[in-house]
Amino acid sequence: MNSGENNNIVFSPQSSICSLKREVKYPYFNENEQAKPNHKTTIIRKLFTLKKLKFIFFTLVFLLVTFSSFAQKQRFPKPEFDSGYTQPSPVTPEPRALAMEYFDVLVLLLVLSAATYFALKSRSRQGVLWLSIFTLLYFGFYRNGCICSIGAIQNVTLSFFDSGYAISLTALLFFLLPLLFTLFFGRTFCAGACPLGAIQDLVVVKPISLPKWLNKTLGLIPYVYLALAVLFAATGTDFIICRYDPFVGIFRMDAKFHMIVLGVAFLLMGMFVARPYCRFLCPYGVLLSWMSRFSKWHLTITPNKCIQCKLCTNSCPFDAIDFPTNEKEVIKSGLGPKRFITYALVIPLWVAVGAFAGAKSHTFLSKANPDVYLAELMISKPELKEDPDNIDIQTFLASGKSMETLVAEAEVIRQKFYIGSMIAGGFLGLVIGMTLLNTVVFRKRQDYEPHKGNCFSCARCIDYCPVEK
Amino acid sequence: MEKKSKSQSRRNFIQNGVRASLLLSLGTVSVAALTKVTGQDYVWQIDPFKCTQCGRCATDCVMAPSAVKCLHAFDLCGYCDLCGGYLKPDANKQSTAAENQLCPTAAIERRFIEEPYFEYHIDEDLCIGCGKCVAGCTSFGNGSMHLQIMHNICLNCNNCSIAQVCPSDAISRVPASEAYKVKGDFINNPKA
Repeated sequence: MNSGENNNIVFSPQSSICSLKREVKYPYFNENEQAKPNHKTTIIRKLFTLKKLKFIFFTLVFLLVTFSSFAQKQRFPKPEFDSGYTQPSPVTPEPRALAMEYFDVLVLLLVLSAATYFALKSRSRQGVLWLSIFTLLYFGFYRNGCICSIGAIQNVTLSFFDSGYAISLTALLFFLLPLLFTLFFGRTFCAGACPLGAIQDLVVVKPISLPKWLNKTLGLIPYVYLALAVLFAATGTDFIICRYDPFVGIFRMDAKFHMIVLGVAFLLMGMFVARPYCRFLCPYGVLLSWMSRFSKWHLTITPNKCIQCKLCTNSCPFDAIDFPTNEKEVIKSGLGPKRFITYALVIPLWVAVGAFAGAKSHTFLSKANPDVYLAELMISKPELKEDPDNIDIQTFLASGKSMETLVAEAEVIRQKFYIGSMIAGGFLGLVIGMTLLNTVVFRKRQDYEPHKGNCFSCARCIDYCPVEK
Repeated sequence: MEKKSKSQSRRNFIQNGVRASLLLSLGTVSVAALTKVTGQDYVWQIDPFKCTQCGRCATDCVMAPSAVKCLHAFDLCGYCDLCGGYLKPDANKQSTAAENQLCPTAAIERRFIEEPYFEYHIDEDLCIGCGKCVAGCTSFGNGSMHLQIMHNICLNCNNCSIAQVCPSDAISRVPASEAYKVKGDFINNPKA
């Protein structure tokens, strides 16, 4: 069977030129090989005389060629060399060792501990600054910004929704460790252990203070980003946090042009609006902010009693310092329990509107999935099947997969998007409702305090506080 | 004074309660994820039998030039003089002249061994992973040339940007202990 196949294969239209040339030029093959060309040539002669057999022959060849290409047999057997040639083996460099991945986790743990120590215990801005430079160099430029805690959200999400996906221990630890630290010590991760935060923190030149309403409104974007990232990861569509990470191109010193432009734009903006990515985009920041609000030991501006000198208010580039409540103003503004109750009652409406909008947009969102996109494209523009330049469609047609299977698969994914985007929309509605509710809640504050959710624990304010321990 | 301490303790109580519940939810997430966690390290690799040589490996990798390179499985090579991976299909001559070479970057080096055999060696510094030679070798020859992700270049991105655009889903995560899918091994130990 094996040798028969080899004999017939050389007549296939693709390889016949090659093999014939070989026969003409080099008639002295080794024994095993030599038998075949002779055999072949006799068959050729016979066929040209007996034309009746031609049809049978071609069907045979066709069948064998299809079978052989399926089984991936060698068309031209490896020669036996007389000159003592030794065959080299292909070079396959080993990937980075697993131990190194665990070393990264260890570094993260150490950096987190150090950041916490500098922000809470030794209260040293210098320490945090040098730590962030180290983070930038190690996790940023040396590790090329991958893996990072921000992107690990998607790995964790995918591991819940895709039964075939096994999350690596490194990714899980990168996701959990900063959250755990934040739950007890505030966002010290942002201050010293995040390379994206570090690169932005170092370019702050002349931060301007944004009006409160703008801060609040832009602060909603991270929730949208988080909802979309989880939706796309859960449906196995894409990892958008990684794809649109503006600084990873700078860390690698190489990226698509538009990503470099985006990264540089963020850095330029960051000179005046401090940490724009952290405050108005970072989806991990949402989770950290939730944790930080309830942190047990958060950074304090003053080591002792606040003397109300207001020096720290100018020091924070992120508008994260809350002023003492002016009770007269609160009464004047007329915001009372009435408005609180109205806003609270409106929340279910917000959720319903959000879920409705999410369900409406699921068709649009699902187009990001390559399978859904392909199925839609082939239904809406059937003429593209003739287009030889459309790689996706040509590969699909060549794969032998039926259109029905593709449409069925796309339908399943779209159904997932329908449920997913409805939940995401409802979540966003809830967030908007809660944010509005928060605007009418006044907490009594006597002193200048960091806003636990928004404070990055960068320790700038500590430097400004004149109170001695 | 008493009133203040009362409200203070209430706030503390709420804070502690929420913190405990957040800790609990983090614990749940981690336990749920731990059931699926793997100690294995995974890397991206191309299945040469699924690959259709569309050419996106050369353009869509985050590295420039791409981390995908042509790997030559010498075990499968026929050492032909007329190589479908080296020469253009309409080449004027069977020579090493640039006009006859299929590779756009001249990354394939042709070395004479003995009459009539030639070894085809791939210079990985020049190879851009376009897969033109792979297409030629697969359709006219044994298919000994095939694309593989080289792990000394690959950054092992969280989400491989080539895998995202691969039309034949040929790129997947493989255990780091078997980081390559070299074709010869498949022939020697066929799974099916």
